[in-house]
Amino acid sequence: MNDTILEAKNIGKSFRDPVTVQVLQNITFSIRKGEFVSVVGKSGCGKSTLLYILSTMDTDYEGELLIDNESMVRKNGAQLAKIRNEKIGFVFQFHYLINEFTVLKNVMLPGLKLQKYSEQEVEERAMQRLKKLGIDSQANKKANLLSGGEKQRVAIARALINDPLIIMGDEPTGNLDKKNSEIVFEIFKEISVEFNQSLLIVTHDQGFAANTNRIIEMEDGRIIKQ
Amino acid sequence: MNYKLIAGIARALLLARWRQTLVAAIGVTFSITMFIAMLGFMTGLNKLLDGLILNRLPHVRLFNDVEPNKNQPINTAKEYKHFHNFIQSVKSAQSRSEIHNSATIIQAIKADNRVLGFVPKIKTQVFYNDGSIDFSGLIDGIDVAGESKWYHFNDYITAGRATDLNNVSNSIILGKAIAQKLLADIGDVVQVTSSKGDRMSLKVVGFFQSGILDIDKVQSYTSIATAQKLLGKTNSYITDIQINLKDITQAPAVAKEYVALFDTDAEDIQTANSQFETGSSVRTLISYVVGITLLIVAGFGIYNILNMMIYEKMDTIAILKATGFSGKDVNLVFITIALSIGLFGGLAGLFFGYLLSVGVDNIPFNMSGLPAVKTYPVNYNPVYYFIAIAFSLFTTYLAGLFPARRASKVDPVIIIRGK
Repeated sequence: MNDTILEAKNIGKSFRDPVTVQVLQNITFSIRKGEFVSVVGKSGCGKSTLLYILSTMDTDYEGELLIDNESMVRKNGAQLAKIRNEKIGFVFQFHYLINEFTVLKNVMLPGLKLQKYSEQEVEERAMQRLKKLGIDSQANKKANLLSGGEKQRVAIARALINDPLIIMGDEPTGNLDKKNSEIVFEIFKEISVEFNQSLLIVTHDQGFAANTNRIIEMEDGRIIKQ
Repeated sequence: MNYKLIAGIARALLLARWRQTLVAAIGVTFSITMFIAMLGFMTGLNKLLDGLILNRLPHVRLFNDVEPNKNQPINTAKEYKHFHNFIQSVKSAQSRSEIHNSATIIQAIKADNRVLGFVPKIKTQVFYNDGSIDFSGLIDGIDVAGESKWYHFNDYITAGRATDLNNVSNSIILGKAIAQKLLADIGDVVQVTSSKGDRMSLKVVGFFQSGILDIDKVQSYTSIATAQKLLGKTNSYITDIQINLKDITQAPAVAKEYVALFDTDAEDIQTANSQFETGSSVRTLISYVVGITLLIVAGFGIYNILNMMIYEKMDTIAILKATGFSGKDVNLVFITIALSIGLFGGLAGLFFGYLLSVGVDNIPFNMSGLPAVKTYPVNYNPVYYFIAIAFSLFTTYLAGLFPARRASKVDPVIIIRGK
């Protein structure tokens, strides 16, 4: 069990306004290093809500969350920000790049924040990742000049910059056409196999989920199959 | 904390909305420009107006006043020591207005290292003779070199040369208004009568204009030697010693000390002219209030623009937070934006404020009463520039405080899920 990187124990969440609605109950599962996990379920079953709890951005929940065998429950905002920076990489449905910066700078940003490497090293690492994803030729363009598929690949490069323990994705292919979806899936698969990278991807694309190592199926705020 | 990274993000956000940023910065620039120009002009004018009076006043003046003796004989009588006495209608005795032992006093003043400089003076009342009519006036016997050095005597000479008082014997510099009354020109001879009744002819070598008509109507100047001659006194006779100190604030203390030491009367500048200080400080206060009001208005502009920027850049804030920037980092980004608007707007304001001051400084300003002043007076004291930049940073910081706090509290989940 030493290679468990993420563990959810009895996680529950309810919205209290205007009436109490239980959106998540008794969520218990763990992810080991190198696993490529997908979470599937119908719209509104709470899979995105769960992802944001696991990502430490949402702190309003019951139960316990351990990342790297460390409890996230009693940490303050700055400590959680540091964990997100160092241990978690994000890919959202929309690319969420910062339009004012170049592609390269977007990828570098979390690395510069971490301050583990010098600026030159961060730049080098960012270029390596862009090259890996086949978009190094666009490195000096402004982020808003790229196509949707390219932007999503930049977002993946950004998620990879700090060698995170786990990459989390919220419908990363939800906004892309079939061809780009396939490219993005191939990239995920490749980094999973090649770098033994753990991935947790929320999706409603059954085809996408079918190709992952493990599927967690959710319905009405519960895990029904894993 | 990685300030370089924070500054880089702030810069990118600023440049992304450079038009709005420019408008905000221009607001600050405008208010700082006006602040500098107004304070410079206001205090320049203050200095000029105060200088009209204060520049020509000594910090401490020693003289012998005509007043009733405070030590009446009854007070020295031992048998009535424990009694109260009332004496009505006490009169001043005939006493000399001369300063006793003036040579020794001058030696002592010279040795006092608080003293910057001093000049002796003879003040006397005269009658100017204009045909069959006499009218009264004052003649001061002065040490021309000292008077010019310490009390700007040269600045008020409108015609002729001050040094001619020493070069030409029995010479006089007439007040402008007196000269007009006597129809006297340079080179003419005027008749004056001393209070003792002695008559003397004096050659006019120049005109003097203080800018205050009441003075110009009565006051004339001559050398100390000529004044002594006019009064029939020896060359140790002087009535006043004017002293300038290194530190003007010590004047009351020094005056008090000299009264005890030299047994003369002494008057310090603060006691004699307290009303000038009041006028100056009120005018300066008004300039500060207007300048700060302008800055506060500019501050509201910055507040608005930062608020708008936060609504527009919600995505950016959310992504920064999602990738590991804390609320504190985001807060710092927006504070940096506000402060850099304040800094660059303020620096531009200092520059334009200086230019505007130079402009005002070159506007012709001819006042008949002020011969030495040709343009509007402006004060370039660097203290005002320092205050201006400090104020601009302070107000922009305040303007950025609340928007930055709001930005730091943005919940990335709501923004990212909201799409």
